[in-house]
Amino acid sequence: MKTWTRKDLIGLDDLNPEEIQFLLDTATAFKGVGERSLKKVPALRGKTLVNFFVEPSTRTRTSFEIAAMRLSADVVNITATASSLQKGETLKDTARNLQALHADIIVLRHSSAGSPRFLAGHLESCIINAGDGSHEHPTQGLLDIFTMREKHGRIAGLNVLIVGDILFSRVARSNIHGLVKLGAKVTLVGPTTLVPSGFEKLGVRIVHRLDEVIEEADVINLLRIQHERQRKEYFPGLGEYISLFGLTKARAARLKPGCLVMHPGPINRGVEIDSEVADGERSVILEQVTNGIAVRMAVLYLCAGGAGLPT
Amino acid sequence: MKNLHIKNGRILDPANHRDEIGDVFVVDGRISYSAPSGKCDILDASGLVVAPGLIDIHVHLREPGQSHKETIATGTRAAAAGGFTSVVAMPNTSPTADSAATIAWIHERAKAGACVNVFCTGAITKGLAGEELAPFGALASAGVVALTDDGRCVQNHEVMRRAVEYARMFQLPVMDHCQDYSLVGDGVMHEGEWSLRLGLPGWPRMGEEMIVARNAMLADLCQSPIHCQHISSGGSVRILREARKRGIPISGEVCPHHIALTDASLSTFDTNFKMNPPLRAQADVEAILEGIADGTLTILCSDHAPHASYEKEVEFDHAPFGITGLETEFAVFCDLLVHKRNVISLARLIELYTHEPAKLLRLDRGTLSEGVPGDVTLLDPEREWTFDKSASQSLSRNTPFDKMTLKGRAVATVVAGKVVWQAED
Repeated sequence: MKTWTRKDLIGLDDLNPEEIQFLLDTATAFKGVGERSLKKVPALRGKTLVNFFVEPSTRTRTSFEIAAMRLSADVVNITATASSLQKGETLKDTARNLQALHADIIVLRHSSAGSPRFLAGHLESCIINAGDGSHEHPTQGLLDIFTMREKHGRIAGLNVLIVGDILFSRVARSNIHGLVKLGAKVTLVGPTTLVPSGFEKLGVRIVHRLDEVIEEADVINLLRIQHERQRKEYFPGLGEYISLFGLTKARAARLKPGCLVMHPGPINRGVEIDSEVADGERSVILEQVTNGIAVRMAVLYLCAGGAGLPT
Repeated sequence: MKNLHIKNGRILDPANHRDEIGDVFVVDGRISYSAPSGKCDILDASGLVVAPGLIDIHVHLREPGQSHKETIATGTRAAAAGGFTSVVAMPNTSPTADSAATIAWIHERAKAGACVNVFCTGAITKGLAGEELAPFGALASAGVVALTDDGRCVQNHEVMRRAVEYARMFQLPVMDHCQDYSLVGDGVMHEGEWSLRLGLPGWPRMGEEMIVARNAMLADLCQSPIHCQHISSGGSVRILREARKRGIPISGEVCPHHIALTDASLSTFDTNFKMNPPLRAQADVEAILEGIADGTLTILCSDHAPHASYEKEVEFDHAPFGITGLETEFAVFCDLLVHKRNVISLARLIELYTHEPAKLLRLDRGTLSEGVPGDVTLLDPEREWTFDKSASQSLSRNTPFDKMTLKGRAVATVVAGKVVWQAED
């Protein structure tokens, strides 16, 4: 694959395997930029990026902001509380105003699934999905896959466990689409209420006992238990959740050598992951954060049509 | 009043088992088979089907209170353009149609501006709140043809039981939008592969089936008819089949989108595919087709639910439920049920739109019997045409059928002998 033709990144479900590989390769080329003392390339000089966050986020917004700055783009941050959405303006009108202000790239975080697709259909600006409801979080999926590829040297054939609240997780969906397309063997693990049957149709295996599969894993990606999203009863309580699905020290001891422990953050220490395991030698949680910048640089660079790959 | 001579058409009147080439007259607003003395307007029906005027028993005309979405005038123009001579208006207006005064207001408004017959439903409960019964006696005197909380569903079984029992005194059927709130929660689309894929909250089949089953039990207990609106789930069809086999007075209706489309249409998050109940899976479509074929499902309708573009052009989960349908429904059903899938005959299709709804609502319509009101629809079941929403008569444009080519079309609509709409060639 030689050229990139998309102006928007909505989800990994839309991409073909070559496009995903191309994004990862481009991210590899950008990773070196962050390790230099002068952490900047002129690829998006003169372009304006708006971080439009209609749902709170610190890490993703900051990561996009740093990525854009390293590409020399100008960055404006808008959050829901500061925006006119609270005054009754529709999402479409707010976004059209951003376009009228010559925003070349709009990075959207929104609690409603499908919002980035909706804006992409109405605007000329590039729309980058920074997480839409429970739908997708493609740059998180890419940075997780990037980290796995960097550590294991491949994706095809890897046994990847994704553990926890799959039903409400956009991170899980982006991981599933990306990993399945690149040939990984993906297993979803969690309570029957949060990992309902039906997900098999996405090309994954479903298991409800972590202890049955933990020894197979080349990667274990633990999702945050999102109390704030759950309006119904999905499991009896955190104690029971931890006993069944938490990555405790005892369980972590059964992981294969070389198995990566991942988490998209923010972590709940002592819930989905034991505190010592999160800080342990298998954990690549902070490397994920670092890799997020390179991946987001690649996404912004390709979608906004930047010129000249870094050498 | 001028008389009308509908000439040389194929008269298809299922209630009277009639299918023959001939002439129909409308004299003094009523059907006649003998030529009147004096002059007649002539409507040439050569090569066309002459059917009883079509009836849509599930329409939202949005007046009073939501005239930015639709008015009685525009909604009935859309009805006429779809071949409908009668529509039944749902009570979720503002104010709710839960009093004789509001029903009288709608009738006045229809008299002034409607080009087809408008029949009213009254609310089951005051303000559609599901708690206190609306005054059925006063609503019956004001002329409502049925009771429903459509858009809402009475959750309290005791309240629903008393409603159905009390309605029997006025011979009014109760029509129900079947939705169990605790099971459906904030669901916005069918719970299945696509809701998992898109990360949208699912609306499970069981949310409908639970209430259809409840209604079957209540109709049995109260021996008074309950009509289940817009059936979307295959399981509901099985419950209705079983209940009807046992002689329980329960019926069900089908909307075109629930058999022409599936939840896969939501892949682009287009809010013109968002309605309640939602588009379901192909297995549900097949079960509904079976239900239509074997007589379990006896009524077809649109659930015409207009919304302004600015209301629909928002985030998917914020968008209101509902799509327009009056202008496309006959064509969608004819195309699918008669032509593509060969589920029923044209005569049965007409019956599901005429005699069947008239029977449920006890209307003196839906046939071409001598002396009934002169409502007639001319149909061309073979005509292929493409729907263009920009030319719609409705005030709203929220349709999933734009640019769709369909086989079968209403070509003229006659209300009480007056031609209220004719298709261009």
